[in-house]
Amino acid sequence: MAAMSDPMVPVIYRVEKFQKETGDTFTMELSPAEKKSVFRFKPGQFNMLYVYGVGEVPISISGDPTHPNGITHTTRAVGSVTDAMNKLKPGMAIGVRGPFGVPWPVEEAYGDDVIFVAGGIGLAPLRPALYQVLSQREKFGKVILLYGTRTPEDILYKKELENWRKRFDLEVFVTVDRATGDWRGNVGVVTRMIPRSPFDPHNATAFVCGPEAMMRFTALALMDRGMPMENICLSMERNMKCGIGLCGHCQMGVPFICKDGPVFRLPRVRHILEER
Amino acid sequence: MASQPNVSLKSVSKEKAPVIIDRANFDALLQALKKRGYQLVGPTIHNNAIVYDTLESAADLPVGYTDRQEKGAYRLEKRSDKACFGYVMGPQSWKKYLFPNRLKLWEAQRNNGSFSITPTEPQTPRYAFIGVRPCELTAIDVLDRVLLQGSYVDPHYQARRKGIFILAVNCTEPGSTCFCASMDTGPQASKGFDLALTEVLEKKRHYFLAESGSKLGEEILREIPCQPAAEAEIDSAAKALEKAARSMGRTLDTAGIKELIADNFDNPFWDRVAKRCLSCANCTMVCPTCFCTTVEDTTELAGDKAARVRRWDSCFTLEFTYIHGGSVRQTVMSRYRQWMSHKLGRWYDQFGISGCVGCGRCITWCPVGIDITEEARALRESKKRSELK
Ligand SMILES: Cc1cc2nc3c(=O)[nH]c(=O)nc-3n(C[C@H](O)[C@H](O)[C@H](O)COP(=O)(O)OP(=O)(O)OC[C@H]3O[C@@H](n4cnc5c(N)ncnc54)[C@H](O)[C@@H]3O)c2cc1C
Ligand code: SF4
Ligand code: SF4
Ligand code: FES
Repeated sequence: MAAMSDPMVPVIYRVEKFQKETGDTFTMELSPAEKKSVFRFKPGQFNMLYVYGVGEVPISISGDPTHPNGITHTTRAVGSVTDAMNKLKPGMAIGVRGPFGVPWPVEEAYGDDVIFVAGGIGLAPLRPALYQVLSQREKFGKVILLYGTRTPEDILYKKELENWRKRFDLEVFVTVDRATGDWRGNVGVVTRMIPRSPFDPHNATAFVCGPEAMMRFTALALMDRGMPMENICLSMERNMKCGIGLCGHCQMGVPFICKDGPVFRLPRVRHILEER
Repeated sequence: MASQPNVSLKSVSKEKAPVIIDRANFDALLQALKKRGYQLVGPTIHNNAIVYDTLESAADLPVGYTDRQEKGAYRLEKRSDKACFGYVMGPQSWKKYLFPNRLKLWEAQRNNGSFSITPTEPQTPRYAFIGVRPCELTAIDVLDRVLLQGSYVDPHYQARRKGIFILAVNCTEPGSTCFCASMDTGPQASKGFDLALTEVLEKKRHYFLAESGSKLGEEILREIPCQPAAEAEIDSAAKALEKAARSMGRTLDTAGIKELIADNFDNPFWDRVAKRCLSCANCTMVCPTCFCTTVEDTTELAGDKAARVRRWDSCFTLEFTYIHGGSVRQTVMSRYRQWMSHKLGRWYDQFGISGCVGCGRCITWCPVGIDITEEARALRESKKRSELK
């Protein structure tokens, strides 16, 4: 089909499941409108999602790469397109282009401790990497998830986090900026958990995703522990109109965030965390 | 003005057996292209400027006109002779044919809860570009690298590019904002054309020295009245081009320019130029290599039809880097710096070539007369000064 070969033309998918995660965040499961293709992706890749008549935005794939049936996206409604997406219902159509971008280098971390640091919606792009690590658990040392969010009400994937907490081969630490209700857990920014986190900084890889300021402080805290910059991987966010290196919007210095990223090892994007 | 760069001109090659087309037979060349089904597009005069548009014959060319260009200034004037290509170029480049300013990418049709998408078929119009300047030829090479040689290809550019015949015209009279010799893109075309002409006006003769750069170019030459060039004719064309290379209006020292820019990101120089810049985006709209685009999503009133249109965008706009919470490049300084450092620096790492071909358009069409060659020089000076401290 001609339409398939043009990377700027969306393919129609249908919303299979639509689930509210928090007040402003939802998870959708999509499947192809014309049943045939299997959607394969690597953790950290994203799709361009088109809401009919409204527009198109980049959203990371948040599902399990080892079970590629349907596509899962977790989105926070923050503006025109994501608000419209929040109003979709099962059975409705959505346009998909992708998967695009460079994935988390999960295989390159074999033998290492793996530390995931997520801020807010940043947990969504990290979840596929966590799935992959857990599916090959014996290949890694310690596996740690540090997750910080605004309030207890903003915690994503609550059920799953509970299950993860019960595992003996995964350590989960959750913190909130502001405690509400009967929260008994950690309060404070996620970077504060790094100094006492039980991993070997000389033999670890970090996967970090969240607001840019959070990523900057996380990188500094990891480096303070003695982790080499090369082992710190970040997923960057920039305005994207094409996702395939043609529209120019996502350039930050030499790299195009869409095609050379969004996942980068820190040395390649250190300037970005400072450049304006 | 800084010293002139060393220019080594490729002498007009003798192996390819250049031929002479007399002025009187020039139209035969254009008609031969038309006969092969090409639509001729080339320089015409519109609203007191050179504008590329449809040509029927050589009579539509701005014969006997020249353009005076300076920082923030452009004026057409009559010449004392009847040169066919006696001007440099207008604001618009050939990019408008290869990579249109607005292009509908697809249409969507809504039907009971779902929708379907119909992509715009890529078009291959058969344009013959008449009078492509050497710097503009390089600009097309730059666009080829950006839009055809990455991991993804723009199918519309690819289709349009396929249908083009290129008739290049070497520059014997560079404009005062030109600096192609510095950028090694002119004043003589060396590749990427089907035919390349050098216009020669002598006291009693007016002719073109023509070289072919493709099979098709050779065939066309065989179809029109022309004769093998004599040694003297080749020499006088070569001399004119050498003189042109020496009389460039401007120069830009490209030695170590990529490093110069990378190492001077925090130089206060950028604040000084930003004070004058209006962030109007003119420079990016006239530039033959700028490729940035955005998309507009529209729906018809009834809502059953939607479409996506791609249009040129500019890194000078605030929205260009908008993400939730605000734009990344908030200041004019950061946007000017993005533009110049992309053109003269980072482009090399991204695409293996300079993003600036030295056409001078951004200098002429800047309303406040910011000149990329002056700014590159100022950056270099400012670095020297800071080293002395
Ligand atoms: C690689 C990548 C992965 C992402 N993954 C997720 C995810 O998994 N979940 C999630 O909730 N969000 C994700 N985002 C952010 C998401 O794309 C923005 O929240 C979204 O574009 C906002 O669009 P809007 O129209 O709703 O907002 P508006 O504020 O109305 O935005 C208007 C326009 O600005 C642009 N824009 C605004 N914010 C952003 C932004 N943050 N990033 C890029 N462009 C923006 C878009 O082009 C948008 O159409 C990701 C962004 C990138 C670059
Ligand atoms: S200079 Fe600006 S508009 Fe031109 S290609 Fe570079 S980023 Fe795009
Ligand atoms: S930057 Fe200016 S001189 Fe260079 S190619 Fe673009 S318009 Fe021409
Ligand atoms: S999103 Fe278009 S170039 Fe990266």
